[in-house]
Amino acid sequence: MNYFVTLTLNGLASGAAYAALALSLVIIYQATRLVNFAQPALALLSVYTAYTVTQLTGSYWLGFAAALTAGLLVGAFVERVIVRPIARTSQLNAIIVTLGLLLVVQGGVGMVWGNEQHGLRYAFSYVGRFAPSDVFALVSVGVAALLLFALYRFTPLGLRMRAAAFHPEAARLNGVRVGLMLTAGWGIASLIGALAGMLAGPPFLSPNVFDVVFVFGITAAVVGGLDNPFGAVIGGLLIGLGKSYVSGFLGPELATLAALVIVVAVLSVRPDGILSRPTARKV
Amino acid sequence: MPLPVRHLLLAALGLAAVAGLLFVTGDLTALRVAAVGYTMLAVAGLQLLVGGSGQVSLGHGAFMMIGAYTMALLVLHQPSLPLAANLGVIVAVSVVAGVAVGAATARLHGPYLAGATLILAVGLPGLAHRYHQLLGGSNGLNIRTAGAPPFLDGLVTTSEWRALVVWTTVVLGLAALATISAGRLGRRMRAVRDDETAAAMAGVPVGATKVAAFVIASAAGGLAGGLQAYVLGTVTPGSFTLVLSLTLLAALVLGGIGSLWGALWASIAIVYLDVWATDLARAADLGRDVENNLPVVFFGVVLILVLRFWPLGVHGALRDLGARLRVAGSGTSS
Repeated sequence: MNYFVTLTLNGLASGAAYAALALSLVIIYQATRLVNFAQPALALLSVYTAYTVTQLTGSYWLGFAAALTAGLLVGAFVERVIVRPIARTSQLNAIIVTLGLLLVVQGGVGMVWGNEQHGLRYAFSYVGRFAPSDVFALVSVGVAALLLFALYRFTPLGLRMRAAAFHPEAARLNGVRVGLMLTAGWGIASLIGALAGMLAGPPFLSPNVFDVVFVFGITAAVVGGLDNPFGAVIGGLLIGLGKSYVSGFLGPELATLAALVIVVAVLSVRPDGILSRPTARKV
Repeated sequence: MPLPVRHLLLAALGLAAVAGLLFVTGDLTALRVAAVGYTMLAVAGLQLLVGGSGQVSLGHGAFMMIGAYTMALLVLHQPSLPLAANLGVIVAVSVVAGVAVGAATARLHGPYLAGATLILAVGLPGLAHRYHQLLGGSNGLNIRTAGAPPFLDGLVTTSEWRALVVWTTVVLGLAALATISAGRLGRRMRAVRDDETAAAMAGVPVGATKVAAFVIASAAGGLAGGLQAYVLGTVTPGSFTLVLSLTLLAALVLGGIGSLWGALWASIAIVYLDVWATDLARAADLGRDVENNLPVVFFGVVLILVLRFWPLGVHGALRDLGARLRVAGSGTSS
């Protein structure tokens, strides 16, 4: 029983990072109908930036701020300069360009910082069951989700972003700068992706540290429904719990395959995620 | 001439071209020629799945891994079986895997399918660690296969013989893929790709067609993996990473989707961009960190540039060029 409680609390804490990553995927999917497979690479770049800043200044929080800033800027830059011209041509090309970005950024990080592991600090102490760092993970993702909700619901920028995603033509006729809104969406998404990276990265950082995290992040997004930010958060916590139980009771090597089983099982029953509504299809 | 005969003739021509190439170049390039061969078979299978039936799979490397491990286990535990029988078993195993994955994912569409196959690609190598008694853990399995038969001694080297064996299998596989793609199943796949609902209303069995596409792609991928194990003599989980699966799909689009020529350019790009980047890093003495990562960065940059300037890939660009030359030629003569 004690073991079960420990697994549950660990699962919730790691689920926070998956929820954040899922959230960043959902924001971009809502705006552009595109799954950003480069998201883990953008997060990787942000976290390595944090690592360098922390090394130079000795302050964890300066590094944390640097990671979020880097995420915002890199996300916006990548959308405007690389993704947009190619995403116009076809849906498949849009997916492939994010894969290309993933390869370039992951390899580039390895070139600059090397393929070996670097130690990365936690924000707070991680000792004990439900340590302060676990609380920080849950609270920071909760706050990020609430801020995001407020942004979309109550600010003019959020309204414009929703309009641009919902009906680009009509939004443009009403004076919304649709392109700028897409860039803003990618920036915000990558900022949240950077937060996910800062939570999931420690204790060790290496160029492919986020491959497995990304698997659970995309599982969370898909299970929750790619269209639904709430689904992403709930999906993230559920996947965190599921991963924790499977690793604890069956063995950690099977956790990713368990994620596959969950995805297939959920989607076979609800093809657009647990929180989706049925849609009509037209021929 | 019936289509299968025509495809077989083309296959024989292709094999002759490869044999000529092997004769002209040396022993060293034979391994690369073989690598282009099995990579092309894998990409061609993926082309049928993605370009034909419109199902985007990010997990094609998983099928290569299944084929490679099947080959290694057969050689280790049933050493008396001939290579052709091994390849037959590999196709059978891959078909079973394809049915399982295809049936499980038949209801998934678009990004949901891409996500599920991505998880398969990341998760499957974990089995090699889980069952390390049987599958050898992260060190993988090492196998020894027979070289050239005695009567060809001195005529072809072992690696040239292996390249020829690989390409014989590959051209037969490609002929089969081309025949399927041109036939009824291929037409049904394209109908499903263009509009699932419309295809269903026209009487096309949508689910079965999608599973069939997965099965064929899986068989091609498994066969490619088995050939890779045969050529390299070693199978490790580290060679079937997510990057491999992503590279296969990316190269397909880079080469040009919708044609087997695209698969050829794609496999040449996969094999040779890697070689050139490594040579470049060595020649410029750029240090170990750069040298290890340059191939994948180089590939990514080429991919992004090709998509930026030739959205239809290399084959699309070549076709455009050909059309333009023909127009220019007829313009001057008339």
